[in-house]
Amino acid sequence: MFPLTEENKHVAQLLLSTGTCPRCIFRFCGVDFHAPYKLPYKELLNELQKFLETEKDELILEVMNPPPKKIRLQELADSIGILQEFCEKDFVKKVCQKVEASGFEFTSLVFSVSFPPQLSVREHAAWLLVKQEMGKQSLSLGRDDIVQLKEAYKWITHPLFSEELGVPIDGKSLFEVSVVFAHPETVEDCHFLAAICPDCFKPAKNKQSVFTRMAVMKALNKIKEEDFLKQFPCPPNSPKAVCTVLEIECAHGAVFVAGRYNKYSRNLPQTPWIIDGERKLESSVEELISDHLLAVFKAESFNFSSSGREDVDVRTLGNGRPFAIELVNPHRVHFTSQEIKELQQKINNSSNKIQVRDLQLVTREAIGHMKEGEEEKTKTYSALIWTDKAIQKKDIEFLNDIKDLKIDQKTPLRVLHRRPLAVRARVIHSMETQYVDEHHFRLRLKTQAGTYIKEFVHGDFGRTKPNIGSLMNVTADILELDVESVDVDWPPALDD
Amino acid sequence: MATEPETAEPVVPSLVDRYFTRWYKPDVKGKFCEDHCILQHSNRICVITLAESHPVLQSGKTIKSISYQISTNCSRLQNKVSGKFKRGAQFLTELAPLCKIYCSDGEEYTVSSCVRGRLMEVNENILHKPSILQEKPSTEGYIAVVLPKFEESKSITEGLLTQKQYEEVIVKRINATTTS
Repeated sequence: MFPLTEENKHVAQLLLSTGTCPRCIFRFCGVDFHAPYKLPYKELLNELQKFLETEKDELILEVMNPPPKKIRLQELADSIGILQEFCEKDFVKKVCQKVEASGFEFTSLVFSVSFPPQLSVREHAAWLLVKQEMGKQSLSLGRDDIVQLKEAYKWITHPLFSEELGVPIDGKSLFEVSVVFAHPETVEDCHFLAAICPDCFKPAKNKQSVFTRMAVMKALNKIKEEDFLKQFPCPPNSPKAVCTVLEIECAHGAVFVAGRYNKYSRNLPQTPWIIDGERKLESSVEELISDHLLAVFKAESFNFSSSGREDVDVRTLGNGRPFAIELVNPHRVHFTSQEIKELQQKINNSSNKIQVRDLQLVTREAIGHMKEGEEEKTKTYSALIWTDKAIQKKDIEFLNDIKDLKIDQKTPLRVLHRRPLAVRARVIHSMETQYVDEHHFRLRLKTQAGTYIKEFVHGDFGRTKPNIGSLMNVTADILELDVESVDVDWPPALDD
Repeated sequence: MATEPETAEPVVPSLVDRYFTRWYKPDVKGKFCEDHCILQHSNRICVITLAESHPVLQSGKTIKSISYQISTNCSRLQNKVSGKFKRGAQFLTELAPLCKIYCSDGEEYTVSSCVRGRLMEVNENILHKPSILQEKPSTEGYIAVVLPKFEESKSITEGLLTQKQYEEVIVKRINATTTS
């Protein structure tokens, strides 16, 4: 059923005479249901003719004013081809070919399209024209009565994309296909706005042009009708060419993998240790885990984070330390829990420096639990301590009885170059000693998160008070440190 | 890391040995024997200490008091540093005074920075208990912590002596005194 009524005739006639395509005519007449837009172009043109009861020749004559040119159905003043060839099946197919070639795995997609900003200017001009015409019939036309170009475009293209790729369109999908249109010919169409509304166009550092869609829309809302009409032809001029496709891109939102890691090497940094382009120590915890994930998920890059971290020379024992890896733009995202288990096994087989457990996919929100652990939860450690004075078993027993010892730690000298100078109050909840010999004993401690253990043992030039040395009245040093547990109960433990 | 029970000296490298390089400046400000030892951490931070040969560390010397008020307008205790980039720190040149040590025998000694950089902190523990300076001059008895400019972190040691060079200076002094 043809969607236009008697009421729309004048406007439709007017718009057609300015070279507007049928679909845009529908938009300006407020046709807000999908079906008419999806009909084939030629059919729409025929129906429109019939509706306007004009002969085909007359139609051509009208469109030939101004200067006669060979009629190209694609040529129109308003949507520069967007609601014509660029929403037809052939174009959609072309985009889908690119999507398929990109090698992404997806079960739904969100389609985003970007039109050149100067299009808003042309829309504005067309609206003023239609408003004026409707005014003659004592009818009003608000901006909101017009169907937006993007909306109509999506009504037509969404089912086509869905059909071609075999997946539904879902606004919440992580997989995004984006198409950007440009129309170089009319780029300067919006420049006059900068002269009239300069405050709308503030140069932003990372934008190439100040004429962004947002800025142009803002200016169009501000500008007075008379001022606009003085500067911009209404109806808009016919462009010589249709717009071009600037880019067709696909990207998948990040996915997150979490787990817990054990570190068995005393010679492995958390992150790659590179100074002046030279790698100081081979490999790192993050690379040993992430490199495998990067490959399997076919991701562009990763971001590794963990619930705190340990020094190069410190082992992480017990249940391990929680970590999460963000995989950026992954091409493969669907894995069964069996496949994840196998991936975990692969990581564990490839290195004896680290081991991973409880590997699983998690949501972005879940990462919060991990960082919570860093600041709030307790940790337990085991240290091998050396003393300058000879000690007996009885000399260390008193440490077992000390509970919730408050200590003040100035920023350790070894990190002072990159951390602010401050005093941190921390609590050593409990200690347990194990005599080794006259100059050595093992100390297990349970401490508040953020405690510098090494400094608690040797005192850091007296800048951590009290410390083991001051408590025992000896000079103490730490020979070995292990993390026994990180008391965070995330991610959820998995069987096996 | 076993230590032989008979020997007094431990085999274990100390905290200072592990993280720091010792640099020396003898006869600071031309004052005979007022040797300073700069402990330079691998992260470029410098801890200013007195060398073993400094008069204050010789037996028989008692420290009456230590003062960080180096002039009417400047006290090193007022040094306030904020943020990761340590803004607000007092800037020190090589000859900048850090503190004054007053001994019971009436002698007065000034400790100088020896390196250029931002003053991070001075040791307040030695204010309350000056004997720490004499008991543990290389650790708890440090004088100050200085952060040199990143660009200058290598060049600051150009005017200083290595451990070996310092030991040679000591030997020369001993020989000079014995011959004279």
